[in-house]
Amino acid sequence: MIENDGLNRRQVLGAGAALLATGLSLAEVRASFARTMGRVVVVGGGFAGAACARALKSVAPNLEVTLVEVNMTYVACPFSNEVVVGSRTISQQYFSYDKIQALGIKVRIARAVAVEESSIILDDGTKLPFDRAVLAPGIDLNFDAIPGYDETAIERLPHAWKAGPQTELLHRQLQAMPDGGVVVMIIPANPYRCPPGPYERASLIAHFLKMQKPRSKIILLDSKDSFSKQKLFSQAWAEFYPDHLEWVGLSGGGKVASVDVRDMSVKTDFAQFQADVINVIPPQRAGRLAAAAGATDQSHWCPIDPTQFESKLRPGIHVLGDAAIMGAMPKSAFAANMQAKACAYVIAALMNGDRVPELQLINTCYSMIGYDQAISIAGVYRPADGVLADVPGAGGTSPLDAGADFRRMEAELARGWFSTICDDVFG
Amino acid sequence: MSRALISIPASVSAGEIFEVKVLIAHPMETGFRTGASGRILERDIITDFSCLFENEEVFRAQFSPAIAANPFISFSMRVKKPGTFRFQWRGDHGFEADEERQVELK
Repeated sequence: MIENDGLNRRQVLGAGAALLATGLSLAEVRASFARTMGRVVVVGGGFAGAACARALKSVAPNLEVTLVEVNMTYVACPFSNEVVVGSRTISQQYFSYDKIQALGIKVRIARAVAVEESSIILDDGTKLPFDRAVLAPGIDLNFDAIPGYDETAIERLPHAWKAGPQTELLHRQLQAMPDGGVVVMIIPANPYRCPPGPYERASLIAHFLKMQKPRSKIILLDSKDSFSKQKLFSQAWAEFYPDHLEWVGLSGGGKVASVDVRDMSVKTDFAQFQADVINVIPPQRAGRLAAAAGATDQSHWCPIDPTQFESKLRPGIHVLGDAAIMGAMPKSAFAANMQAKACAYVIAALMNGDRVPELQLINTCYSMIGYDQAISIAGVYRPADGVLADVPGAGGTSPLDAGADFRRMEAELARGWFSTICDDVFG
Repeated sequence: MSRALISIPASVSAGEIFEVKVLIAHPMETGFRTGASGRILERDIITDFSCLFENEEVFRAQFSPAIAANPFISFSMRVKKPGTFRFQWRGDHGFEADEERQVELK
């Protein structure tokens, strides 16, 4: 059991790569990788891809590392739920690739459209040859999953599940909603990006309504009966938002059958909800490059070998972060970052012809339950039976009934975690 | 007490085909899983569902351990007269749930 001493977790993040049970000291590993030569192309500049490019350059400085990313500016998802309720500005979520470039990594702002035998093809036709490639394309939204919700509907019913203009749109809609309005949030079944994310967002929106539009409420229509940190969230909702938040699980009829953009309504098999603001978090799949590369299976996610993150369908290509099937490890920024660092060592070892280090990975995730209180969960994972499995007895959540001081401390730790990981990847 | 959700129109035209949807909250424990103690968890499923219209059975389903938790079923129905639909679930350990809905003619 990891005690709920958040300080340890912050230290753990900084020391992330050291958690690899390599049997060698980091200095020894680095010395050995100094002779590693070759080309690695990393596609996707998020918490997985950018971190992996950076870790590769750090452990094997003579590698030629290229990072391909479609956007000039990265917009971070963690803490973007605070932008939704206006307690944070979107510009605080912006990060540039300048520092990464300064480290000697080639940054290409372009869309990768295909992955050939040993080169990545960009939308302008450029071929980037590689010895090994890393795909970290994140997620795409399934617009065929909820009848009535297609690409055109997002302007009216924001998903805000990729941080950026959608986050700001949802914020503006909440601001403009009259007091007494109803917010409906639609939550998908597993798997999806950031398992506790919808419940953090719901908590913050409920807090916002309680403070600013006290006759309003948020209704969560959920396609599942159980979710991450459920006991902690449920306790917080009962304590803080009994009149402002209502959760309807699968067995309560929470699965949505259709949405109607024109009359702002949501239908389940058993009821119809009229809403002023509708936040649809649709089911998801691996980012489209993964499918174009032939790295996705029927689930539309990427099966990988958990000992080295190599695609089971495309040898020589590693898949990281939200796009991959990581077993028990959730689709979170921390998990992606951890996988990225481990994968950098794996790739350097493979290119060197060395033994691949044995992996042990960790994840920590904080969720805000109000403007100044948070809860957390931690887990430890290692490859077992072809998947990344929970290490029994390791990890845990914040205690129930911890009290406001403890929850406020966790909120501080959450902010510390965010600045640490962003600095680690982009700073 | 179990919680059932039922979707059925309050009024229909005589002979009109309409959809009936029912969902009941139930764990549907298969009897094949081991619990935290390492022992097999005892089977606890709903075994029978039936729908009666004016006390006459009009639809029946038998559930097996392969049916997921919170069984949801939908079926089509038509009536020539107004009356009462009765929904009955029966299962292991004496499980019983009963619901009724009235349907009028337009």
